[in-house]
Amino acid sequence: MIRKLLTSTAIASLIASAAIAETIAVSGGTIWTGTDDEPIANGVVIIVDDEIAAIGDDTLAIPGNATLIEADGRWITPGIFTPFSRVGLVEVGAEASTNDISADESDYSTALNAADAFNPSATSIPVTRLEGVTRMAVAPGNGNSLFAGQGFIADTSGKPGSITEERTFQFVTMGQGGAEHAGGSRTASWASFQAALDDARSFTARYITNPEGGALNRIDAEAFAPAARGQQLILVSVHRASDIRRLISFADDNPTLDFAIIGATEGWLVADELAAADIPVIIDPLDNLPATFEALAATQHNAERLISAGVKTAFTNLGDNGHQARLVLQAAGNAVANGVNQADAIKAMTSVPADIYGRSDLGRLEAGALADLVIWDGDPLETTSAPTTVIIEGEIQPLESRQTRLRDRYLDLADDGGDLPLAYRKGE
Amino acid sequence: MKKYSFIFLSGAALILAACSGADGAGQGDDGDRFVIDKDPYPSTYSPRASSTVLITNAMILDGIGGMIEGGSVLLQDGRISAIGEDITAPDGADTIDAEGKWVTPGIVDNHSHLGVYASPGVHAHADGNEVTAPVTAEVWAEHGIWPQDPGFPRALAGGITALQILPGSANLFGGRGVILKNVPSRTVQDMKFPGAPYTLKMACGENPKRVYGGRGQAPGSRMGNFAGYRQTWAKAQEYKRKWDKYAEDGGDPPSRDLEMDTLAGVLAGDILVHMHCYRADEMVQVMDMAKEFGYKVTSFHHAVEAYKIADKLAENDVCSSIWADWWGFKMEAYDGVRENLPMVHNAGACAIVHSDSDVGIQRLNQEAAKAWSDGKRVGLDISMADAWTWLSANPAKSLGIFDETGSLEVGKAADVVIWSGDPFSVYTKAEQVFIDGAKLYDLNDDALLPVTDFELGQPGEGDRK
Repeated sequence: MIRKLLTSTAIASLIASAAIAETIAVSGGTIWTGTDDEPIANGVVIIVDDEIAAIGDDTLAIPGNATLIEADGRWITPGIFTPFSRVGLVEVGAEASTNDISADESDYSTALNAADAFNPSATSIPVTRLEGVTRMAVAPGNGNSLFAGQGFIADTSGKPGSITEERTFQFVTMGQGGAEHAGGSRTASWASFQAALDDARSFTARYITNPEGGALNRIDAEAFAPAARGQQLILVSVHRASDIRRLISFADDNPTLDFAIIGATEGWLVADELAAADIPVIIDPLDNLPATFEALAATQHNAERLISAGVKTAFTNLGDNGHQARLVLQAAGNAVANGVNQADAIKAMTSVPADIYGRSDLGRLEAGALADLVIWDGDPLETTSAPTTVIIEGEIQPLESRQTRLRDRYLDLADDGGDLPLAYRKGE
Repeated sequence: MKKYSFIFLSGAALILAACSGADGAGQGDDGDRFVIDKDPYPSTYSPRASSTVLITNAMILDGIGGMIEGGSVLLQDGRISAIGEDITAPDGADTIDAEGKWVTPGIVDNHSHLGVYASPGVHAHADGNEVTAPVTAEVWAEHGIWPQDPGFPRALAGGITALQILPGSANLFGGRGVILKNVPSRTVQDMKFPGAPYTLKMACGENPKRVYGGRGQAPGSRMGNFAGYRQTWAKAQEYKRKWDKYAEDGGDPPSRDLEMDTLAGVLAGDILVHMHCYRADEMVQVMDMAKEFGYKVTSFHHAVEAYKIADKLAENDVCSSIWADWWGFKMEAYDGVRENLPMVHNAGACAIVHSDSDVGIQRLNQEAAKAWSDGKRVGLDISMADAWTWLSANPAKSLGIFDETGSLEVGKAADVVIWSGDPFSVYTKAEQVFIDGAKLYDLNDDALLPVTDFELGQPGEGDRK
């Protein structure tokens, strides 16, 4: 996969954080690097500005100017990277005025850039961050087209400039959902997909005299051109084994295109073929019900079987509509309960998502990577564990949210605030 | 781990009122009076064959606050016949050495739509909301349940031994809920929990006013919601008066109204009210309404803001059936906090973990674990043994079946789960599940992994393949 140039937004954010970051040394914990390396007992991570400068065992020298964080034997992992979410696109799900996930009435599809709607001040961002998620891919939802638009990568600092990279991928829904959008059948969705590629490949020539193409208007064709040239990842939602096979064969016929799959509930039935085609998958390890007719083979063993077959597999909470991306950790824990080894489960929500999106500088603790790091009060895959420290690009993050503020206001009802109502208890 | 507390209970068996008999007299003449049959679709459940089983060496949570390290439970004739430290296996008993394993009462989920919104979620399976009128107390969830929903065996694999199936929340009065034993069966009646009361589903807030207001019908606001409830309760009072008078004085029987039958049952105290309600202020208004019309709310459901009024919920003895962490999907869920359950518990009110989800129901133990640990971090130090009341005892109480299930006490039904380890660990699985002493699930024995008709011959075959 081609490492894309940083967007101007991302560069601005690097500069902003570099100005206030410093040297931090985290020592004395067990470091899970998110890579294939063995965990480092009693390890040390040195962070300079926004990057990891060095990582090693307790023989690693700690710079004299470093802010020291003692991990006291606790677990240290890369910041969790959720590979598919809607965080920051919505404030209150059912309130359309606050919900920018999908554009049902839009004339556009592939041109829709989810980053345009991202709100780093969304209350869900600190809620997500304080559970250890530092990085997320955010995808638009399908409106009236199988082409949902373009997704992006952001951090969970909640600061202006927290978009890491815009237009990281095109998100396309095939299978049952694609059929509904394309005209009532899977046949129509594949015809639309092929037509859209043809439109994008022939942009600008075919639009000189007519703003409409076979499937995409001029604006959408232009927006789809990078994907059609293999320069932008196409993330395709498919679940049924036959739909996955159809995509594999399409990818085989179009070797320049860059595909990844989201969903893949029946992925285990075609695991060897996915591995051979080198198409990565993002799955929800908790999907074990035949919730639709394209998920009749759903099983909790999907994750273990895909990983064993050598398929590059990332985990997500597929049910996230902007508020529960944090549950990726619980999903990963359950994957381990069903046969995935711990290191693979951690990779599935750190380096594997980063690699799927072509970002080898994210999702791992190694020299040169952006310094997203979490120290946990226990095994991070346990639902009973929580972060004690969250660092994003070298900055220690606050572990407070609107939820923790509400909790603190009401924690002691016996003390009703004295002479004043609870509204005056602000917990500052 | 906390030090165990030793549990000893008298051997007096609990006696459950039979579902048939005086209480459920058949339709017909009682002397010269017409009597409404209160149980026209009676339970045909009977416990499956069981042997005498002694589970030993286990870490036991008894469900009512006790923890026994290295404990034993004896299951005999479908009942718990002993629990403690040193129990000798009777002749012929199967002994299960549960070294390293944990034993708890079966989990009771008091908020499920399994069967009425069955998998796969096709249009034909949407049987949980009678969205044709805001007051449909006449519909019964049991008439919409598809027993072949693959969700039932999945829930069994998560240690669910009993559950309440509720109608949805589109309506002010959604209809009757039904309480089931989680035993794979051909018919709903074969699953119905013998002797369990009926329940009534009601709903507050956004859903009813959105569904009907959106059609230009009442209710279109929270004001309309309350007007709708109150007018209906007033009508139910009148209906009940007529039938009470008839029972007393005779004469022509009043006209029969199925909707009013349910509501009169609530006013008589026979039917328990379970009300979907998120907002704190709204729950307090509902508790006043219950006083106004002389009934009781047994449990609020979802109760995302219960933590704001935990003291008032305790005063009124109303349970809160709660998710660990759902929030934000609508305005009335905006103020969700992770510590809701422990905050409600800490105020002395009844806290319950519920699922409302065919995924969540498979691991309610993990939902409890989340809330329990989040509570601990803010100083709400609740023991695991006490926290287990959220999963078994309190939901069983909210369904009127606590005399029969929801704790490991001598004389109660042997609804028991053996866990592979600490059930608050994400790595732990339910290994064996007993319902009325019969082993109906065994993670390690394919013969004891049920497959629904729907999944038979499909590629996954019940998450077994």
